[in-house]
Amino acid sequence: MANTTTAAAVTTSTFVSSAHRRRWLISLIVLALAALGLTAGILTYDNPMPFGSAGFWKIAQSRITTVLVIAVVAAAHSFATVAFHTVTFNRIVTPSILGFEALYGLINTAAVFFLGAVGATVTRGIASYFFQVVLMVAFATLLYSWLLSSKFTNVHTMLLVGVVIGAGLASLTTFMQRMLDPNEFDVLTARLMGNISNASTEYLPYAIPIVAVVAFWILARAGRMDAMALGSSVATSLGLNHRRETIKVLIAVSILMAMTTSLVGPMTFLGFLVATLAYSIADTYSHRAILPVAFLLGFVLLTGAYFVLRHIFYAQGAVTIIVELIGGLVFLIVIMRKGRL
Amino acid sequence: MITLENVTKTYSGETTIGPIDVQIPSGGITSLVGPNGAGKSTVLTMMGRLMSSDTGKITVGGLDVKQSKSIEVAKKLSILRQENHFVTRLTVRQLVGFGRYPHSQGRLTVEDEHHINSSLEFLNLTALQDRYLDELSGGQRQRAYVAMVLAQDTEYVFLDEPLNNLDMSHSVQMMRQLRKAADELGRTVIMVMHDINFASRYSDHILAMNEGQVTHFDTCADTMKSSVLSEIFGTSVRIIDDVDGPLAVYF
Repeated sequence: MANTTTAAAVTTSTFVSSAHRRRWLISLIVLALAALGLTAGILTYDNPMPFGSAGFWKIAQSRITTVLVIAVVAAAHSFATVAFHTVTFNRIVTPSILGFEALYGLINTAAVFFLGAVGATVTRGIASYFFQVVLMVAFATLLYSWLLSSKFTNVHTMLLVGVVIGAGLASLTTFMQRMLDPNEFDVLTARLMGNISNASTEYLPYAIPIVAVVAFWILARAGRMDAMALGSSVATSLGLNHRRETIKVLIAVSILMAMTTSLVGPMTFLGFLVATLAYSIADTYSHRAILPVAFLLGFVLLTGAYFVLRHIFYAQGAVTIIVELIGGLVFLIVIMRKGRL
Repeated sequence: MITLENVTKTYSGETTIGPIDVQIPSGGITSLVGPNGAGKSTVLTMMGRLMSSDTGKITVGGLDVKQSKSIEVAKKLSILRQENHFVTRLTVRQLVGFGRYPHSQGRLTVEDEHHINSSLEFLNLTALQDRYLDELSGGQRQRAYVAMVLAQDTEYVFLDEPLNNLDMSHSVQMMRQLRKAADELGRTVIMVMHDINFASRYSDHILAMNEGQVTHFDTCADTMKSSVLSEIFGTSVRIIDDVDGPLAVYF
């Protein structure tokens, strides 16, 4: 009798010990509280109208849009990066390297180059939003299916091709920018910097459901992703169709990246930072444990940066600057302390 | 029964493997031996459907490995490659737990836990089960990988050089455990081996390959002959009769 209870007590868990599980849960709660606190801060801080009045709620409501934008961006970057890391069997290269942001830059630059300053507004309609998204997803899908079905089956080749294409697009962009009128260049620069205040909020009604569906799709495959993370041989031996699974996940990743890039522009460092910190905090293989941490981290980081910039430095400009500065430091500290990625 | 019919694979136009036609019976241990570049690992990886053959058909236990659903194949055979490196940090128990994936898709049942426990016990890993893989020695890690493959509970187990990086005593231990897996658990173990003496001492059959072709497939006793081994390895091999059986000497 005693024997059966001890046998049943030994189970295989995502976490090594109950202390490990507790640590994860506490981190999750702290992050959730920070997220709530910062959301409340953004909505109410420095609101000129008296609390509770009609005007107060009106202002809060307009600020909610910002919070929604941040939520979409955080979800897209965190899920895309973690999923990308898993299927490409690396934890350093992020989806940005596959030429997404370069393509975004090229589309916008080309619009200004050919149409003048008017072009900057042309790229902002709903139709052109979907045009950009479709273009980016199609580009990524074509690249992946070509690379994965041809003889270079290894991911590193694919990443290298991604880097080369990205660099090619970027230099084409720079070339066009060189020939722009300074005024037009100014308009374009504002468009190409990752900027939350400058988000195209008219896209939100489309971006929110799309990002939510794709994120839940990834979360629903968490068990498969755990096995995928063991690499192509082991995953295949365990009965997964590794190639098909990889392509499916990479398409999901490109949808997420296209959504966020068209919404707020490039945020190259965010996904990497958030994913790396999430691996370190969760310290487990389980995607079910990693993904929520990564999302909350992204949300807290962006709301925090936005709040500080807007209300303390009165500079609502580039949140990416603070994300890269603070985030980079935190990242270095974590690496130094842990001594591993 | 494992059947290979007219199996070929071409690498970069030059190196070709096959056509191979061979039937490996169920039960016991079969070792694939031969000089470097003979195609042993390639054949093993094709049988384990980690690589597809250019032509021909491979069936393992009646299942066509190319046509059948990967998850069905995963319940029939498990394969372990030579090099295993993971991005994620796993404990021994978590790794062995992944062996149950084909049966439970990541949601472990009580039965899965039983399989995990007995696999760990079988390879003497119970005391190490909560250690991380990166904290283990090479030999312990190799045992953990084999435990994962055994936890998959498949009739056929394919191993690519399971003695790689193991010292003498760990090699002997590993071979004894694999022998036990074949005898007590009724697994059919197919493995690529480098050391002909290890292969002959612990296997039932030896399948020799050279330049992409199967040159010999016989019982150990019939393979352990000076003339046969010298031909397989392309170097002169003498046989010494030891108390436990024949030993190949090739220095």
